[in-house]
Amino acid sequence: MSLLKKYLDRARPHFQPGGRFQALQSVFDGVDTFLYTPRDTSRSGVHIHDALDSKRVMIIVVVALLPCLLFGMYNCGYQNYLGSGHAVFPFWELMAYGFLAILPKIVVTYLVGLGIEFVVAQWRHEEIQEGFLVTGILIPLICPIETPLWMMAVATAFSVIFVKEVFGGTGYNIFNVALVTRAFLFFSYPASMSGDRAFISASPICGLGGTVNFADGISGATPLGQVATHAGGPLEIHNIVGDPVSNWDAFLGLIPGSFGETSTLCIFIGAALLLLTGIASWKVMLSVFAGGLLTGVAVHLLQNSDYPASMLTPWQQIIYGGFAFAAVFMATDPVTAARTGAGKYIYGLLVGAIAVIIRTYNNGYPEGAMLAVLLMNAFAPLIDWCVVQTNINRRLNRVKAKP
Amino acid sequence: MAEKIDNKSVFFNPFSANNPVVVQVLGICSVLAVTVKLEPALVMGMSVIAVLAFSNVIISLIRNTIPTNIRIIVQLVVVAGLVVIVDQLLQAYAYDVSKQLSVFIGLIITNCILMGRLEAFAMANRPWPSLLDGIGNGIGYALVLVIVGFFRELLGSGTLLGMQVVPQCFYDAGYVNNGLMILPPMALIVVACIIWIHRSRNKDLQEH
Repeated sequence: MSLLKKYLDRARPHFQPGGRFQALQSVFDGVDTFLYTPRDTSRSGVHIHDALDSKRVMIIVVVALLPCLLFGMYNCGYQNYLGSGHAVFPFWELMAYGFLAILPKIVVTYLVGLGIEFVVAQWRHEEIQEGFLVTGILIPLICPIETPLWMMAVATAFSVIFVKEVFGGTGYNIFNVALVTRAFLFFSYPASMSGDRAFISASPICGLGGTVNFADGISGATPLGQVATHAGGPLEIHNIVGDPVSNWDAFLGLIPGSFGETSTLCIFIGAALLLLTGIASWKVMLSVFAGGLLTGVAVHLLQNSDYPASMLTPWQQIIYGGFAFAAVFMATDPVTAARTGAGKYIYGLLVGAIAVIIRTYNNGYPEGAMLAVLLMNAFAPLIDWCVVQTNINRRLNRVKAKP
Repeated sequence: MAEKIDNKSVFFNPFSANNPVVVQVLGICSVLAVTVKLEPALVMGMSVIAVLAFSNVIISLIRNTIPTNIRIIVQLVVVAGLVVIVDQLLQAYAYDVSKQLSVFIGLIITNCILMGRLEAFAMANRPWPSLLDGIGNGIGYALVLVIVGFFRELLGSGTLLGMQVVPQCFYDAGYVNNGLMILPPMALIVVACIIWIHRSRNKDLQEH
């Protein structure tokens, strides 16, 4: 490690103003501060120092996402082996298959996203911001495994440019960048992003896995996809070969779905890490689940066979689809969520409630969590403004009441 | 309005420096609505040019006889008459396009660009400059419409004026038309990109 440090220190003068590579200063800074604690310290006045700068925050979120990523690899392999008729499921083969399936997506997302960030930082003579570290891992996790690479590249470029960079870069985006990528894909290429084929990796990779033949009575529809197309009779969720799925399977995550969103258990492990380290707001997280459960109870009480999703129990609303993932990793994004204490509760409750309402009462959108978070992102500043104004008015009244 | 006006700048200013859409940000609704395909965008642009030019001339001719307190009504009557004529002509000679444009030809009446030009220019100027102003602003509007329509049809449907432009081998290789381009949000983003490029080339238009 010290070798690398020495190398960086030796190269530094070339990147300072006046050096040979001064145009690439922000690239050098980005690499340097990513690997080592920044050298610059404040020189005057009193400052509170904290090692938790935004790079460390981002890294903790990435670590919190690792359980989902690892389980996603296992599940990706599992679904392929199941669909291609394998009788045995060797653990490491499944993991290797999933790893090979997701690797190109992660590489493409990071290349495109970081590439744009680096170029923009050079262009504006700014430091490279590290916001894309998390976004780049979130995007592959919330997309179906069969999404073509070029679509992911286009969508990533679109959302990094139009949601983040035009508003001023990391920390200024009004919408969650990863979710806008997902929404762009969803509205631009609906055929590749939904239905019963998108969520199962259907072909062998490097000799691992097998070919999933969808004609053989195999349907890769997600539980919520099956619910949306449900026609009469008691509601039963099946896995891709037609066996019923228990709630326990869905909680563990052995169901088709976007890569990282299937396992509620792994999401809770990530949530625990985020809450223990204080990175994510427990107020938002808790109130999203509360909003989802309460609305889930309400729609379940008012169940109606015209809206099959209303037959799901409130627990099933949480363990199916991307609800838990959105609650833990998307709604809590500190940039786009509400910032005031009371605002966080309102924001969270509405995200949860709207997600379940969209799922239930709009059969065109089997999954509502993405749209709910994006909608509430737009309203978060308004919620904050109302909370702050109420506070100001209350205090003014207190002053008036005192003679 | 100054008495001495330069006919050339009256005609050419609305193309870029004082473009009704990208500088004054007027008429955005119709830009969102009619630019899914290039052909309706072209027809809409030409209709607006015609209506704007004739209404400017007519209002300019009668500008001294219109009582000030009912001038808006008079302007509306003139525009409405012209719009009905254009609508009938389109239905007679270009029925398919007229079906696609549906209500938006009628809504030219409420297009802010028209009322803006009538109020700001035709009411105070002689017929000849008013005609130039009307045609210039109409072309400025049509230019933006055509650019937006071009990108939305090319990326959203893979065609231009209804002809296949993106070759079949692209589709065989996995290319898919972008469905979002057909939806109105993308029109706003394309207009925003035009404004972005336009402002970065014309530094004096940048607000601080």
